[in-house]
Amino acid sequence: MAVRPSADEGLGSAKPRLVTKSQELIYELRIGDIMTPNPITVSPDCLMSELKEILRDRRISGVPVVEGGELVGIISIQDLIQALELGEISARVGDKMTRQVQVTYADESVVQAVNKFARYGFGRLPVVDRSGRLVGILTQGDIVRGLLRQLEVQWQEEEIHRYRASHIFEDIESDQTGLVLRYRVVARDFVHGGEASSKLKRALERLGAGPQLVRRVAVAAYEAETNLIIHTDAGGDLIAEIQPDQIRIVALDKGPGIPDVEKALQPGFSTAPDWIRELGFGAGMGLNNIKACADSMRLESQVGVGTRLEVMFYLGKRNSKEAA
Amino acid sequence: MTVGDVVRAMGLEVLAGQSALGREVTGGYASDLLSCVMARARKGNLWVTLQAHTNVVAVASLLELAAVIITEGMRPDEAALDKAEAEGVILLSSPETTFAVVARLAALGVQAGS
Repeated sequence: MAVRPSADEGLGSAKPRLVTKSQELIYELRIGDIMTPNPITVSPDCLMSELKEILRDRRISGVPVVEGGELVGIISIQDLIQALELGEISARVGDKMTRQVQVTYADESVVQAVNKFARYGFGRLPVVDRSGRLVGILTQGDIVRGLLRQLEVQWQEEEIHRYRASHIFEDIESDQTGLVLRYRVVARDFVHGGEASSKLKRALERLGAGPQLVRRVAVAAYEAETNLIIHTDAGGDLIAEIQPDQIRIVALDKGPGIPDVEKALQPGFSTAPDWIRELGFGAGMGLNNIKACADSMRLESQVGVGTRLEVMFYLGKRNSKEAA
Repeated sequence: MTVGDVVRAMGLEVLAGQSALGREVTGGYASDLLSCVMARARKGNLWVTLQAHTNVVAVASLLELAAVIITEGMRPDEAALDKAEAEGVILLSSPETTFAVVARLAALGVQAGS
């Protein structure tokens, strides 16, 4: 059931099959970032025969026409061919150029230029600043090159993040190096629910943890975070302590506490109120999910004092569920 | 099979994540209980549910699910849609019941997630 992109899927058509990142970049990047600056220009008094030599020498297909620093027109290889056919190779550029020039602004987003190329079918667009001064020229090739360059820069930045993070434990010497990440979880804040777990997941990926381990920690952290949101009086802390050979997740709160810890650990047991169950929470499976993902789990609670949930993941082969 | 293929075959409405429809589908899972989804759904799965609030987006993002199909025409609020766009989560809508949606997915060849 492969779906082929349609034939007209150029830069201008925002089809879903295009790479997400490119679409994002088309909005983020400014025309000034990707244009060719200081373009070759000609004056209106330049002859078509001279233009022919310029286009041939520079291997370009059109140039802006400038008089007294001001953009007055644009002339392309099509105009030159027409002049040749009419035997007017000695004519002035000023008599053959297009005067109504579509321009783009250097501080505009690239998407503006993409739309203009799609609408008018031009080969190039002069780029001006807000005072109308010519500062560059833009072709569709410039856009493609600019996007590729930016994609590479962003990819390299993420690689550097990953590289730096994954070397933390090698680069820093101590008898026991650990990284502590603490996330504050607000009670009843379902809108931001899962954000602490998402951030922890990203951190583990950058540290170079394998996908299986990342998934197990993420599921356990999400359930612990959700418990803090649903069941605590005033929220709590989700703390991840990462060491080269183990990860400890601790969920800490100051109440109300669990009256019967044994019962709380039974699958399907939940004290969540109806309105929370209607949101799909309170299945009574949270602690069981954590237990299933973790290498060990400990739940301590005292009514009126608080609850401490500790979840361990061992990165070595011994005692680990990694193989599962 | 991509999410886009499923969207076209079933005439689903894309609520969020339009630009990521090229994502591959590895299987399917259906439940309205988030903990069950956390335990059983796998990366690249389609998740069929009646739930439409922001935590659906959080779960889908954490598990890197291919897309969420919200059934019976339930509408997520603006916060959920914004979060889905920001996290790159695809939210799809169907007026049909979860049972009917799963039956059609099965007919398309989408298997139980593994």
